[in-house]
Amino acid sequence: MKAPPFAYVRARELPAVFALLDRHGDTARILAGGQSLMPMLNMRVTQPGVTIDITRLPGLAGIELKNGNIHIGALATHAAIGASPVIRQHLPLLADAAAHIAHPAIRNRGTFGGSLALADPAAEWPACCVALDAQLVLASSAGTRRIAARDFFQGLYTTALQSHEVLSEVVIPVPAAGTRHAFIELARRRGDYAIVGVAALARSQQGKLCQLRLAYLGAGETPVLAEKTSQAFDLIDTFEKALTQAQSTLASELAPAADLYHSAATKLHLARVITARALKQLVQLAQPAA
Amino acid sequence: MDTELDVSFTVNGETLTRRIAVRQNLVDFLREELGLTGTHVGCEHGACGACTVRIDGEIVRGCLLLAVQADGRRVETIEGVSQSGEIADLQDAFHKRNALQCGFCTPAMLLTAQDLMQKNPNASREEIREHLSGNYCRCTGYQAIIDAVQSTLAARSPRGVSQS
Repeated sequence: MKAPPFAYVRARELPAVFALLDRHGDTARILAGGQSLMPMLNMRVTQPGVTIDITRLPGLAGIELKNGNIHIGALATHAAIGASPVIRQHLPLLADAAAHIAHPAIRNRGTFGGSLALADPAAEWPACCVALDAQLVLASSAGTRRIAARDFFQGLYTTALQSHEVLSEVVIPVPAAGTRHAFIELARRRGDYAIVGVAALARSQQGKLCQLRLAYLGAGETPVLAEKTSQAFDLIDTFEKALTQAQSTLASELAPAADLYHSAATKLHLARVITARALKQLVQLAQPAA
Repeated sequence: MDTELDVSFTVNGETLTRRIAVRQNLVDFLREELGLTGTHVGCEHGACGACTVRIDGEIVRGCLLLAVQADGRRVETIEGVSQSGEIADLQDAFHKRNALQCGFCTPAMLLTAQDLMQKNPNASREEIREHLSGNYCRCTGYQAIIDAVQSTLAARSPRGVSQS
């Protein structure tokens, strides 16, 4: 199908965006990379009064290390994040996750901020941001406020972002030295929507894992930080016992919805499978090389 | 706020200035306003890859971009890229290896393969598959396409070394 008629503004500065949002409220849609909004327009799932194109706003696509934090501008593309040496060095979890996002042509346009603001439960960046304890910067005519990623995602495609606000950047603390990561995702074909996935982080101390954080995608209406499961993975026991403990705890924290091809039970099973893969990867990484 | 906009950009090296309805996506503009029908319209929601074009040298989905967003940019379609001879060897390989049947996916498949070959001249078979994963082909079963890309990469490789 073709997009319905709508008015369009190419914004040149953020205050102009704020003014439009203040005036149009819910009937305005922000167009960033457009890799989700454009399909929705083409299928007439959404019919905005005005579309505000922010792709040419200056200064919103940076990826920088400042005072121990990585600042990622909302307009940084998936491709830019995947190719960034700063990201590879300081947030390798994101570099690994980028490769799972759709396909090259889509990664060239789709943006970090757009993916977070859409809050698709099967998307990679929301789960990564929750795992990394990212802070999202929401800007409006009233100023800016910061919100932790785990508080930002409130439900299916529902976030704390209000209709007069723009997600302008994300601030991610660089994990402490010795932090290990794993990003595991299952999809039917390369680049398809995730069936289920996990972003995992842990610190390695004397060959043992601690401060484990497991954030799941495709396992509920929002990214899920599985704290009880992380606690249940206690390496005082053998790896197998700890893993079994973690896997059996997972059901109390994940509530995956069935999709066209997978029942909720299958998804939960697959979540356990990728949990094992992620933990094995973290433990192997934590072992000093022989 | 506008429902039409005056924009100017280049298509295959030619500069054009037009008033375009803002709701028109780039691939519809190329096909319907410019008659460049080599870029195909498949799913119109970013799944099939048939509408692939290059903007400022990077491949994008032509159905997921408003035509007015091309303002000031450099757009290249299969017509430009094939007429310049840039992918003549790849086209030959597709022909020789039967890497197309109905041909619907082929223009986009060529542009996506060329993108990989420019970025990763040593791409493995697995990397070729991965890069082409967003382009659907319902005829070939992909094997012949991967073969064609792989053989073109191999043929380009020694030439690239001798030139440098």
